[in-house]
Amino acid sequence: MMKPATAMNTWSAIGGVAALAILGEVLIASAMRGLGDLDIIREKSGLMGAIRAVLSSPVFLAGALCMALNFFAMLYALSIVDLSLAAPAIASLTYIGNAIAAKIFLHENVDRRRWLAVLFVCVGVVLLSH
Amino acid sequence: MKHALKPSQYLILIAVMLTASVGDTLLSRGMAQVGTVDLQHLHLLWNALFNPFVISGIVLLIGFFASYMTALSWADLTFVMPATAFGYVVVALLSRFWLHEHLSAYRWAGIGLIVCAVGFVAGGPSRTEHEDEHHELDLMDSGAGR
Repeated sequence: MMKPATAMNTWSAIGGVAALAILGEVLIASAMRGLGDLDIIREKSGLMGAIRAVLSSPVFLAGALCMALNFFAMLYALSIVDLSLAAPAIASLTYIGNAIAAKIFLHENVDRRRWLAVLFVCVGVVLLSH
Repeated sequence: MKHALKPSQYLILIAVMLTASVGDTLLSRGMAQVGTVDLQHLHLLWNALFNPFVISGIVLLIGFFASYMTALSWADLTFVMPATAFGYVVVALLSRFWLHEHLSAYRWAGIGLIVCAVGFVAGGPSRTEHEDEHHELDLMDSGAGR
């Protein structure tokens, strides 16, 4: 049974979950880019070496903290908002936010085809929830 | 082609597609059993950790996290993103052809759009090259180039 949530509660839960996801993903992407190819690290120093390399990155730890918070915020959001609204709304917001953040903070070359992909994914995710 | 992906890298991207969507489905199924969690009843989150659907969802999401981070170590965030979205397509197609659920025209349109998005991005480079990384990336290319 869903408790009726106010529109304010609904959208702050959705916005909060998306914001944590964006922050977490950008921090983790930045940490991984800094580390270099994990497959090569694993070939050189084994799986434990790769895990150690990842865990010793402070940027990664900050990102992982955001993702952990995102996970619990998501559980909370799913308990007050219908999955059919929460899932596509959070996913779309996260995809748009990620593309903007990747361009600004990670200096990724978000060219026309990638913007188009973000747009298609957002509309697609919303349509899929119908 | 520069930065062409190796077969093992395609496998990682497929793992990214599958684990996230199936894991999320398991989690939402489990949380439906646990019931409403609000700020007054946060202890219910603790109960959730003993639900088998939530546990298997968490295991799959850990697998997702590992493959996702591996992918991010050699590809751009905006390159990997449509792969995660493709997971929704996988779930929709599974429900159509395995569970024989009806897919509305909206859902087919959504599937088509996400497939196009993956196509757009997959046709481009997987990684933005930054000036300070050129040397390292060239070394990687010489090792990975086939």
